[in-house]
Amino acid sequence: MSNDEMKKLQGDLIKAIEGAEGSAALEVVRIEALGKKGTLTEMMKTLGGLDPDARKAMGAALNEVKVAITAALEAKGKTLAAAALAARLEKERIDITLPVRGGESEGRIHPITQTYEEIVTIFAAMGFSVAKGPDIETDWNNFTALNIPPEHPARQMQDTFYMPPSTHGAVAVAGSEANCRAGVPQEMVLRTHTSPVQIRTMMGQKPPIRIIAPGRTYRCDSDMTHTPMFSQFEGLVIDEKTHMGHLKGCLLDFLRAFFGIDDLPLRFRPSYFPFTEPSAEIDIGCSRKGGELKLGNYGDWLEIGGCGMVNANVLRNCGVDPDKYQGFAFGTGIERLAMLKYGIPDLRTFFEADMRWLKHYGFVPLDIPNPAMGA
Amino acid sequence: MKFTLSWLKEHLDTQATLAALCEKLTAIGLEVEGVEDHAAALAPFKVAQIIVADKHPDADRLKVCRVDTGSELIQVVCGAPNARAGLKTVLARAGDVIPASGQALKLSKIRGVESQGMMCSAAELKLDGDASGIMELPDTASVGARFVDVVDVADPVIDINLTPNRADCAGVRGIARDLAAAGMGTLKPLTIDVPVGREACRVGVNLDFPVEQKHHCPLFVARSLRGIKNGASPAWLQARLRAIGLRPISVLVDITNYITFDCGRPLHVFDCAKLTGALRVHPAKGGETFNALNDKSYMLEAGMTAISDDSGFLSLAGIVGGQASGCEETTTDVLIESAYFSPTRTAQTGRALGVTSDARYRFERGVDPDFVMDGADMAAQMILELCGNDQTVVSERLVVGDVPTVTHVIHYDPAKMLKFIGVDVEADEQEMSLMLLGFTVEKAEGHWTITPPSWRGDVEGAADITEEIIRIKGYEHIPATSMPRGDVVTRGALDLMDRRASSVKRALAVRGLLEAVTWSFMSSQIAAAFGPVKDELRLINPISSDLDVMRSSIVGNLVLAARRNADRGYGNAALFEVGPTYQNQTPEGQALVATTLRAGQTPRHWADKARAVDVFDAKADALAALAAAGAPMASVQVEAKAPSWYHPGRSGSLRLGPVLLGHFGEVHPDVLAACDATAPMVISEVFLGNIPAPRSADTAKPLLKMEALQPVARDFAFVLDEGISAEKLIAAIKKADKALIRDVVIFDVYQGKGVEAGKKSLALSVTLQPADHTLTDGELESLSTVITQAAEKAVGAVLRA
Repeated sequence: MSNDEMKKLQGDLIKAIEGAEGSAALEVVRIEALGKKGTLTEMMKTLGGLDPDARKAMGAALNEVKVAITAALEAKGKTLAAAALAARLEKERIDITLPVRGGESEGRIHPITQTYEEIVTIFAAMGFSVAKGPDIETDWNNFTALNIPPEHPARQMQDTFYMPPSTHGAVAVAGSEANCRAGVPQEMVLRTHTSPVQIRTMMGQKPPIRIIAPGRTYRCDSDMTHTPMFSQFEGLVIDEKTHMGHLKGCLLDFLRAFFGIDDLPLRFRPSYFPFTEPSAEIDIGCSRKGGELKLGNYGDWLEIGGCGMVNANVLRNCGVDPDKYQGFAFGTGIERLAMLKYGIPDLRTFFEADMRWLKHYGFVPLDIPNPAMGA
Repeated sequence: MKFTLSWLKEHLDTQATLAALCEKLTAIGLEVEGVEDHAAALAPFKVAQIIVADKHPDADRLKVCRVDTGSELIQVVCGAPNARAGLKTVLARAGDVIPASGQALKLSKIRGVESQGMMCSAAELKLDGDASGIMELPDTASVGARFVDVVDVADPVIDINLTPNRADCAGVRGIARDLAAAGMGTLKPLTIDVPVGREACRVGVNLDFPVEQKHHCPLFVARSLRGIKNGASPAWLQARLRAIGLRPISVLVDITNYITFDCGRPLHVFDCAKLTGALRVHPAKGGETFNALNDKSYMLEAGMTAISDDSGFLSLAGIVGGQASGCEETTTDVLIESAYFSPTRTAQTGRALGVTSDARYRFERGVDPDFVMDGADMAAQMILELCGNDQTVVSERLVVGDVPTVTHVIHYDPAKMLKFIGVDVEADEQEMSLMLLGFTVEKAEGHWTITPPSWRGDVEGAADITEEIIRIKGYEHIPATSMPRGDVVTRGALDLMDRRASSVKRALAVRGLLEAVTWSFMSSQIAAAFGPVKDELRLINPISSDLDVMRSSIVGNLVLAARRNADRGYGNAALFEVGPTYQNQTPEGQALVATTLRAGQTPRHWADKARAVDVFDAKADALAALAAAGAPMASVQVEAKAPSWYHPGRSGSLRLGPVLLGHFGEVHPDVLAACDATAPMVISEVFLGNIPAPRSADTAKPLLKMEALQPVARDFAFVLDEGISAEKLIAAIKKADKALIRDVVIFDVYQGKGVEAGKKSLALSVTLQPADHTLTDGELESLSTVITQAAEKAVGAVLRA
């Protein structure tokens, strides 16, 4: 076979390889060339009949063609496989705009929970821990121990829900114990504020004390801005040195962190609460321009809570020596803070469990207040 | 407490502006709630005179008046009974804003007759409560003049929100004193002209109390006057009372009201002609009824302080006088009462009878005991001046009882300001503030002896002294000092229950539930579906009958919430609440419960078919809550038993041995009916307090052992009685070889063709974990036999053919 014929053969085979449509066609070409009875195989078989020189030359030439064909087959095979895969994948295409299974959780955390956890996060960093007390309280813890004796005019400041007198002797704490022993039934109320937790804490723990006490509170009142149940939190610090300046500093630091306003001004306004002396209303700076409330250093003021130095009578009622210990207490509404921070207009809606409201004003589940993320 | 600027200036010599005074009042604890500038509001109103008043053709009660405005005659339709020809009154024209309604007047036809203006009552002008007729102006008022130029209403009215401790500032004088101490001027001296008595008091007084109740009325001062003439008060007095919202009645009554507001000294004046014998101040027996001057009738309770004479009950001491002995136009002889009634007794009586009055307001806060006599003298002098004549005879003072002491000496160290308030105030400044407030100070080094004035019964101890000093100096001087860190390491602030609550809430929200916060109370009618309603949990004074008992379960509130959402078109509720429930009044009876509710259908989805919510949704919620709360999940047992508010066949309980962790299931149809809600609705309740606390504080986890060999899974299908729980079969198989069997998972439940009626087929996959060698076919074979035998032995299950 001449060289030219050899070239032609190689050329024809490669043309056939490249022209193969699909792997089956390619396999036919391979068998025709390299199969047991393939063109090249057959030619290889003829080499035995040649003289050594011609066999050597012919053998080398044939091998060259075989190598080229094998390479071409492999290359074509890869191309065809890739094309086939691409074609398959293209066929598998689906509409990825369809909604996912399960979907994004529509669950939400109530603003009261979120706000409460934000508050705790800030106070925790100041060394406060959380203290708790029951919603159904003794009249003594809710009023008398807090320096609000039965006929004190301050009792009229609070619309109390009364419960039947207790038949459980065990509810008595300290000052009411004597009554209990004497068989006098304890007057019971739904706590009108979280302040009885102050009493419970001081009765059960020696100073230094640094707590916040959150919880449900109740007043017999229902209108645009009042609900019969609402949430408060209370702060109490008792040690030998804490003074009213610390009270102001503590609240200023908290409020600025809570609202995220670095220059939020705070004003103490003299007021009266039976359980603190001196007492103050807590005002923060705001603007009411255009009927829109905005917090910050704008010259106007908004009341957000009450505070003061713990009254010596309260300390005495809890067995704490007022000549040695002193400290402060403060209280404010959790919903009130939530309304201000998150622009929630109506207190009553907090308790209606309207799913539209919960979805809108609620928080995604993993938005967990954390000092590292900024409470 | 309301007062006018000019009234304040009777006591305070000041150049300060209204704005400066108001700002200072708030700064010293007398919070200004409002300032009313009547002059501005009433500027457009004019004096007019009715020329003719004819009956309205179509309405008996209306009159059609021709009214002279000074510049024209107009027609006004008027319904006031006192509209009559010749009367000078106040006229509003179209566009004038009526103070009481805040609305601008529009021209209109009244019953078909055109009205070109409106004649106003005092109430409509917000001057006092008198709405019975249009204002009657004096004849001297000139028609067409501005109303504010004729009647003295131009004085701004300041309203302060008085805290209950400041009885002294329930009088204008006390307010003036505070302002003077705070540098807003000088307190003018109070001069009381004491009229000379010319006879003994014509009425005797006895304080008739048992020894232990003497403090209910320790002091009673009386003076009588005869030969006086009652009538209308002078214009200045009427104007002052009107300005603060009081209705002038007669000069005698107006004088008592005036002194009440001027000096915080409530008084009462009896008509002597209506008294029989001496007055007796005594505790009521109870059951007496009495017609009060406020036109109401009260039934007295035993112990209330009463004032009687020989004919009977006259007055409720310190609260309200009686009609029987009240002064009238014809009264000529009077007895002035100025007494000290105890704050406690007054408050009790007032609250028990539900009477509010200016007298009660002051007595229950504590009036100045040293001013009781002055009060009687002041009143006698005013009555003499305004109602007296040459023939009038004033009596001497009759003083019964003793002046009570309400204040005591306070020991004080001026260094307390720095230690307690954090402000270093010079001793001289401290002393000056106290003196201006009426305190007396005796100084020794580091030890002052302070006596509060008689009008400051609220000042008890050294802390009160610091308050007086800092409020006069200004709370703005208190430095904001950050809390020192203290010497404790900051640990987690939350207790275990709070941490659990937080995790559970977020876990449930991740599962698509919305957190709700509902009332701690509910309707006792619905509460009855959740066990017997305990009397100790019923509110004595509920705000409404549907919130009359503390909830023993949150489920009722959530079912109602789901129904309300369904009523709004959101039937597929997914709600939870983590909150308190109440089993009794004790703190231990209050438990924190995570309660979930799902209603309606799961969401429609192209790949997953929508279905009704079922018991397994509730079970999953309960388990998620338990897991989030840190319960040992591997040990949690399920029991087909739940309280009465669950569907008995589709509910269960979760336990740890004897400890109940929670319930889950479908809501019982009776509960749905009671709440007017519709199925399907599933709920779960998890008692967060029942989950055992982690046993040790050890934070290290047990060492992880990882087997070198692969686990092997073998599938089985068993047929067993449909009444036998899957839980039991799983437990039996697990027990068959505790070492090898790691896990048993049910992957199919089948009943129907091929399975005998009353039986069910459970297909399950058993995971085996070889420890030291790969299991041989023979070992696997014999293990299968062991498992099959165990299943058969325990629950009668047989391998499905």
